[in-house]
Amino acid sequence: MESTVLRIENFSAVFGQNQVLKGVNLSIPQNRITAVMGPSGCGKTTLIRCVNRMHELTPDATVSGRILLDGEDIYATDPIIVRRQIGMVFQRRNPFPMMSIYDNVIAGYNLNGIRLAKNEKDRVVEESLRKAALWEEVKGALHRRGSFLSGGQQQRLCIARALAMQPDVLLLDEPTSALDPKSSSRIEELIVELKGAVTIMLVTHNTGQAARVSDYTAFLYLGELIEFGPSGKMFTAPKEKMTEEYLTGKFG
Amino acid sequence: METHFQQELEKLKGNLLVMATWVEEAINNAVQSLVRRDPELAQKAFEAEDRINTMDIAINSECLNLLALRQPMAADLRFITSALKIITDLERMGDQAVNIAERAVSLNREPQPKPYVDIPRMAEIAQSMVKDVLDAFVNRDSKLARSVCERDDQVDRLNDQVVKELLPHMMSDPKTLTREVHLMIVARCLERIADHATNIAEDVIFMVDGLVIKHRADTKNRELGDSL
Repeated sequence: MESTVLRIENFSAVFGQNQVLKGVNLSIPQNRITAVMGPSGCGKTTLIRCVNRMHELTPDATVSGRILLDGEDIYATDPIIVRRQIGMVFQRRNPFPMMSIYDNVIAGYNLNGIRLAKNEKDRVVEESLRKAALWEEVKGALHRRGSFLSGGQQQRLCIARALAMQPDVLLLDEPTSALDPKSSSRIEELIVELKGAVTIMLVTHNTGQAARVSDYTAFLYLGELIEFGPSGKMFTAPKEKMTEEYLTGKFG
Repeated sequence: METHFQQELEKLKGNLLVMATWVEEAINNAVQSLVRRDPELAQKAFEAEDRINTMDIAINSECLNLLALRQPMAADLRFITSALKIITDLERMGDQAVNIAERAVSLNREPQPKPYVDIPRMAEIAQSMVKDVLDAFVNRDSKLARSVCERDDQVDRLNDQVVKELLPHMMSDPKTLTREVHLMIVARCLERIADHATNIAEDVIFMVDGLVIKHRADTKNRELGDSL
């Protein structure tokens, strides 16, 4: 029996007049990769943005229901703290442009005013870059700007930056859609390795990627959770007709 | 508008049905060559073997290509993997038809002492199973497929009956022994054809419903995806 680290309970989200999520109930298993898939507009990106409260940056966004991280309501917690515990990597890689690789990794601490001793910082940087499979490639150039790295390396830098805060959950919003196949493949390998250390939610429109990488898959359609289950079952014999139709390209 | 992939799946289905039709005809020709004592029908059964086997290889290759190149999922994946298994059963059924035709040729060289009863009855049921399972496949009818599985026991019982009737004669009269061996083998071939039709029915149920009923898995409450 898997333990649940993140529980989404009857969660709805409205943006202006638009109900984007409708009563979603989802239990995210610990140290597993849960893919969230569905056609454009199904609410998958909105869902993960609500999970680390990023939607609050949008003025007319309102939510109802609960999201619990290890039993604690994330909406009753300081959002800054939530975003450390639940890290996010975006579709478009976004290393801080004027910062070095080193400073990019340690940015979470600096920007939050958390002071670390130099050797502690060095340790965090090295550990995070190793976990993101980037250390060997950049160890000799930590003080170069992050923007000099290739696309795939920049994305791994963003992963390292999120991992530096030692989050419980890592949210990946289509992390490879802007990358070439080889870089995508490396990041997929990395994602599978990372689940030992962190729980992962992966939003992807690429069903092949969801199939390759995930342990569990959630299928959303028009803001509703249609089906959730082990990926093996989902991609061979899903329970819901709609899931079957989506996977066989009848829509989406 | 159908995608290229959907067209390819339709083509695969079409090829499978062609192979199945050849097998159905071969079985019928073989059985009739015995019942009607007709050497031409036996010859037709022999002639079908090559094209059935060639189609087996061609469909196998088609399936592998689709798996590699299209990375199908869910119903499409189940259809293609079921097709791979179905052609194996069809090919074996084709072999059984040839076996029956060979026995018919031998049996037809001698006079037939009395009419066949159990063997045509077995053939009728086995052939109806084959026809229905192919209909079930075309129409994605898992209920019809289940009814095919249910008929397998009848054929098994008839086979046992044939053996029971023939054995005492085989032991008592050496002159008729060869003949009786041929008949037992024909019955056995029909019993195997019914088994293969049952296998295909189980594959159709899996293809349509995603349920594994092989080896009575459904009564053991196992679902596809349960770990070993």
